[in-house]
Amino acid sequence: MTTPPPLVELRKVSKSFGDNRVLRGVSLALAKGTILAVMGGSGSGKTVLLRIASGLLPPDAGEVALFGTRIDLMSEEAMLPLRRRTGFVFQGAALFDSLSVFENVAYPLREHTRLSLGEITDRVHHFLELVGLPETDDLLPAELSGGMRKRVGIARALVVEPEVVFFDEPTAGLDPTNAKLVAQLIAQLRTGVCDTAIVVTHDVEFAELVADQMAILMHGQFADQGTPAEIHRSANVDVRRFLAGELREI
Amino acid sequence: MIMAKDLRTHLRETAIWYGGLGLLTMRVFRNLTLPPSYFWLVAREIDIIGVRSLVVALTAALFTGMVLALQTAVNMARFGAENYVGPVVALSILRELGPVLTAILVGGKVASGITAELGSMKVTEQIDALRALGVNYVKKLIVPRLMAALLVFPLVTILADGMGLFGGMLIAVFDRNVDAYLYWNTIAYWVVLKDFLTGLGKSVVFGALVTLIGCYNGLVTEGGTEGLGRSTTATVVQVAMGVIISDFFITRLFLFIYW
Repeated sequence: MTTPPPLVELRKVSKSFGDNRVLRGVSLALAKGTILAVMGGSGSGKTVLLRIASGLLPPDAGEVALFGTRIDLMSEEAMLPLRRRTGFVFQGAALFDSLSVFENVAYPLREHTRLSLGEITDRVHHFLELVGLPETDDLLPAELSGGMRKRVGIARALVVEPEVVFFDEPTAGLDPTNAKLVAQLIAQLRTGVCDTAIVVTHDVEFAELVADQMAILMHGQFADQGTPAEIHRSANVDVRRFLAGELREI
Repeated sequence: MIMAKDLRTHLRETAIWYGGLGLLTMRVFRNLTLPPSYFWLVAREIDIIGVRSLVVALTAALFTGMVLALQTAVNMARFGAENYVGPVVALSILRELGPVLTAILVGGKVASGITAELGSMKVTEQIDALRALGVNYVKKLIVPRLMAALLVFPLVTILADGMGLFGGMLIAVFDRNVDAYLYWNTIAYWVVLKDFLTGLGKSVVFGALVTLIGCYNGLVTEGGTEGLGRSTTATVVQVAMGVIISDFFITRLFLFIYW
């Protein structure tokens, strides 16, 4: 019996912005049922990696595959059906600022499904309750706190029940209570909505709570990959120093 | 040395801008035939581009017709040809001033609005959010605007043409004592359908040009609110320059085809 292809796969991916070589031959394979936390300091290329993996940014070199299909050579239009099987939670939530909370979450359903208004309403309310934001239908993004915006962003990404979710710094800029709430939410996702995700973060505690695989990005490459326990026992001194918060430049 | 480097950078940026605009144009025309069709968005854009620009376009056309008639009548009176002010005003407005002024005024207003809206969506990652949700942003954000512009620019130009001729008549009749019947009769005699259609043809090209410049500058906006300001300003200048320069080449083309 052949093993199914990884849902997300990067092979020797490189990316530069001008003279700044952000990624230098990064490879990863995300199997179904895995939550991978990609960690690294600010400016280490975590978000760039996530954008390349989701097809939002083309790599300079290397191969990127989503659901077993190479996307690095695809046109934007050809990639759309694959993107509809994924969810992306942006660091700043990226909510549509002229639409209400309800309309933001309902947006992908209106675009890609033929659900009736009643079915859309039920599903939107279910996901807003899941992220702890019932009774917020008519609020505009400008009326929400940072934590609420982020949770609406999560609801919008999950409402189509994607097969893979990409989280970009889901706890960045949140107070400890909201950060814990988001962490618990992502941890409980695997029991219901979506069991496969890449989470980009610099929050070690959060990564240990949600992920079963971790990868540390340093100098444009993965310094180490493995389970959280393996990463803590890493032979790489810089990785151990990063986890202990003692590494200044990575 | 520094000047040469600056010149190289400027030339490179210019080449990137033209190349990017060309590639966007190709993508937009490829997407015209792809599903889904956002007809309600086209209707909304017709309102924004057309209805809300009418006052600006018609006021400018009225006064352009008036000043043109005034200048023409005063100077033609020196040759005893004051009665022919109508055809001169009509030919100038129908062939040039109607489409060009409408494109610069309405286009500047519309295109800068498009750049501001799309640029703001770009810097707040809302366009990336659309892409991540599997939405074809070219089809959703640009195609409806282009379709609306292709329809609205000729219509606004027709109204502006009419208003310009009316403005010319006001001056000819009430200021220069030219008979109103003579004004319209000389226009009907000297002006042919081709004069009207070449102006209309120009307005279609201007509509597409203006919309694509506005959309492209919005989509490539970088650098937060400061970058947004730069993009919007660049759009106003590029729309005006684009309309004036392309007008020459379209005129040459039409004269080559029809003359």
